[in-house]
Amino acid sequence: MDATVPVEATATLPPAPRPGRLSPINQRRLANFRRNRRGWWSFWIFLVLFIASLFAEFIANDKPFLVKYDGAYYVPALRHYAETTFGGDFETEADYRDPYLQKLIAEKGGYMVWPPIRYSYDTHNLDLPTPAPSPPTWMLSADQCRPVAEKKGFAGSGNPCDALEWNWLGTDDQGRDVLARLIYGFRISVLFGLTLTIISSVVGVTAGAIQGYFGGWTDLLFQRFIEIWTAIPSLYLLLIISSVLVPGFWVLLGILLLFEWVALVGLVRAEFLRGRNFEYVQAARALGVSNPVIMARHLLPNAMVATLTMLPFIVSSSVMTLTALDFLGFGLPPGSPSLGELLAQGKANVQAPWLGLTGFFTVAFMLSLLIFIGEGVRDAFDPRKTFR
Amino acid sequence: MTEPTTAPLLSVRDLSVAFAREGSTALAVDHVSFDIQRGETLALVGESGSGKSVTALSILKLLQYPAASHPSGQVLFEGKDLLAMSEREIRSVRGNDITMVFQEPMSSLNPLHTVEHQIVEILELHGRLRGAAARKRVIELLTEVGIPEPETRLGSYPHQLSGGQRQRVMIAMALANEPRLLIADEPTTALDVTVQAQILKLLKDLQTRLGMTMLFITHDLGIVQKIADRVCVMKSGRIVEHGSVRDVFGAPQHPYTRALIAAQPKGEPAPSQPDAPLIMETKDLKVWFPIKRGVLRRTVGHVKAVDGVSLAIHRGETLGVVGESGSGKTTLGLALLRLISSRGPIVFMGQPIDALGFKAMRPRRNAMQVVFQDPFGSLSPRMSVADIVGEGLRVHMPKLSEAEREAKVIAALRDVGLDPETRHRYPHEFSGGQRQRVSIARAIVLEPSFVVLDEPTSALDMIVQAQIVDLLRDLQKQRGLTYLFISHDLRVVSALASRILVMRGGKVVEEGDSRSIFRNPREAYTKALFAAAFNLDTASEKATT
Repeated sequence: MDATVPVEATATLPPAPRPGRLSPINQRRLANFRRNRRGWWSFWIFLVLFIASLFAEFIANDKPFLVKYDGAYYVPALRHYAETTFGGDFETEADYRDPYLQKLIAEKGGYMVWPPIRYSYDTHNLDLPTPAPSPPTWMLSADQCRPVAEKKGFAGSGNPCDALEWNWLGTDDQGRDVLARLIYGFRISVLFGLTLTIISSVVGVTAGAIQGYFGGWTDLLFQRFIEIWTAIPSLYLLLIISSVLVPGFWVLLGILLLFEWVALVGLVRAEFLRGRNFEYVQAARALGVSNPVIMARHLLPNAMVATLTMLPFIVSSSVMTLTALDFLGFGLPPGSPSLGELLAQGKANVQAPWLGLTGFFTVAFMLSLLIFIGEGVRDAFDPRKTFR
Repeated sequence: MTEPTTAPLLSVRDLSVAFAREGSTALAVDHVSFDIQRGETLALVGESGSGKSVTALSILKLLQYPAASHPSGQVLFEGKDLLAMSEREIRSVRGNDITMVFQEPMSSLNPLHTVEHQIVEILELHGRLRGAAARKRVIELLTEVGIPEPETRLGSYPHQLSGGQRQRVMIAMALANEPRLLIADEPTTALDVTVQAQILKLLKDLQTRLGMTMLFITHDLGIVQKIADRVCVMKSGRIVEHGSVRDVFGAPQHPYTRALIAAQPKGEPAPSQPDAPLIMETKDLKVWFPIKRGVLRRTVGHVKAVDGVSLAIHRGETLGVVGESGSGKTTLGLALLRLISSRGPIVFMGQPIDALGFKAMRPRRNAMQVVFQDPFGSLSPRMSVADIVGEGLRVHMPKLSEAEREAKVIAALRDVGLDPETRHRYPHEFSGGQRQRVSIARAIVLEPSFVVLDEPTSALDMIVQAQIVDLLRDLQKQRGLTYLFISHDLRVVSALASRILVMRGGKVVEEGDSRSIFRNPREAYTKALFAAAFNLDTASEKATT
């Protein structure tokens, strides 16, 4: 009988995977995600938009990113330069949109390289052809543009609007460029959403893991606490807190975190409750492995599937909460670029539909992308899902 | 009876089943042909993964289409090809002309419906009976399958029935419309041996009484000999041998059939060592789980999983713990390892350990190890074999260098008969038997003196079972290991254990030297257990000896 042992033991096995490669199951998941065309494309579009928005200062800015003046080079987009640097009169930061400064630089044989949009999110366009909110420049008639264009030295024939600095999506009621605000607003929304998601996931997964693993009284008390906690109408509480504290990015993050972390607790708790009686967990206990190590090494990977599946949906709900608070005026401090504030302006200025429409389509597009990514991830992790 | 009676009732011709997976297709059943004559019982035998269940399921087109497909073949039932039928046509065959009994009686019954409801549903579905007449028929059926006082059982839910009773209800459902063919897919595998014997007897009786034709799928050769007229042996999707039971078992032709028949756990257990030092001792050990009721969670009673068990195991011997499911044998093992809380003294290698906490137990854990039943559940799927086997070393010998640890892992893998080169693979790449070897390597790498083996062979195929038993016995001899061997399978126990403890309802009903108990069981329960287990393979013992 002993002779048969090696036969079974050395049965054919596939070649060992090379180190550093994805495990077969993750390769399968990646392939499944890729096969979901909508999710895959949404992921790439979102990634491109997000990375582009991280470089918003080089896309929409009221400072050029390169100035050559008197033989030397300056990078105003990254550094502060006093106006005196360029031969001006004041110690304050140079205003590169000022025709006077532009003239000074040109006189010394210098030039400026501008980003494609010459407005930042807080730049007020002082030469508006119509009272603010001003419509997108391509919607204006030549007559509306002419006075401003002539002030800027437009004399020739053709459409005087071409001589203006364009507001592609118009301006808001304070004369600020909507497109510039959109780019910065998108960035802050996504960054806020991601930060909130990451921190709340870490807190939620930890809380869920502890509850599920230890069970008993720990679980019972924690669960009752969460039930009471989630019964608090969070939006009203947020309104109250944000009217007491001065809301900034981090304060708001902290407040939202108070309620957002519970989203994952149930899922992770269930996974740990299920997993703590698995035989390999029992075996690890019999080996004398300590509880934190068992939780991290044996149980957490199980819970990660459920967590990763939920993440895109949590990001989109975080973005939505921030937008809602901004819309109500309890969000980011006044002046910050935010999609919620844009929507609020759209509501206040019904005669300027470009505000509301831009806000609506941006939010709808962004959330749709996130939901499509979420669906793709969810299906990729579903072991029963088969693609033909 | 217009057809000639010589035509087979069911004729499977050149049937193949393919599953689409990851873009490629894998053939699970490979050009299989067999006939079933009216009134006979045909058994399909094979190990797990041999394609026997898939064959049975494809007769009624119950596979997951379109992931599954039939590249070739016909299933002719009374001359009509079932595979070519539309979904609508095949539905009138399912549950009516051909019915099935599945392995798992708990999950095959709807937990939210009463017994009456479930059986009446089948009667109504095929438009046979309804109302009072249906009720009368249900009582008739339940009487037929041997459920006592069927009138009182009509309103019962599946969880209120025992495993055997559930399987009887499943059989009643299968019989409800007087099928011409009954397909039984491992109908007794999930049941205890004593219940197994009853269900087999019931099926046999019903078949002779009703003149039913039966296709019986099983991995257990003992059952085949008891119930079948003819047998088809399957391996890797092909039928390697077929013929009458007498021919196949009397003179097996194919080497695989021979290996299957010869694969009985054999050999002598290590002798008991009454003079050797005590390794593990406990007196009046109790594991009671409180039953809590009401808002205040008052304890109203206890589930006595282990209720006053005393045992003593000496160095180098094996104590077999035998009992049916729910007898508390696994709980006893876990309590001795201090993995669940218990009451009563536990003395391990001369030191009392019953008062120690989890932390205090940790330094002692390398001396006491455990191998679990399920080779698929007991290995973390996300760790490589080297990490799994080395995990205990990290805890107990943290000073080992990476290379020393690796050397120990390699030595342990070699000891259990695995190629050490496979240590960077993940568990899912290994077969059930190989995984069980990994579990054993994980236990022995710590050089324990006492190992609890919790049904280590129950989930394995027959041939592999015998190999694992041999491996365990060799390791015991080489390393002077002491085993607590928990099993419901008396054949495996007889090959490993020198002393036996028979448990029932948390209590020890009989204990003593294994040979004398096997030869002459005293208690009625032990007798029933042994009769049920060994009656089934009296014939196979004749064949092998």
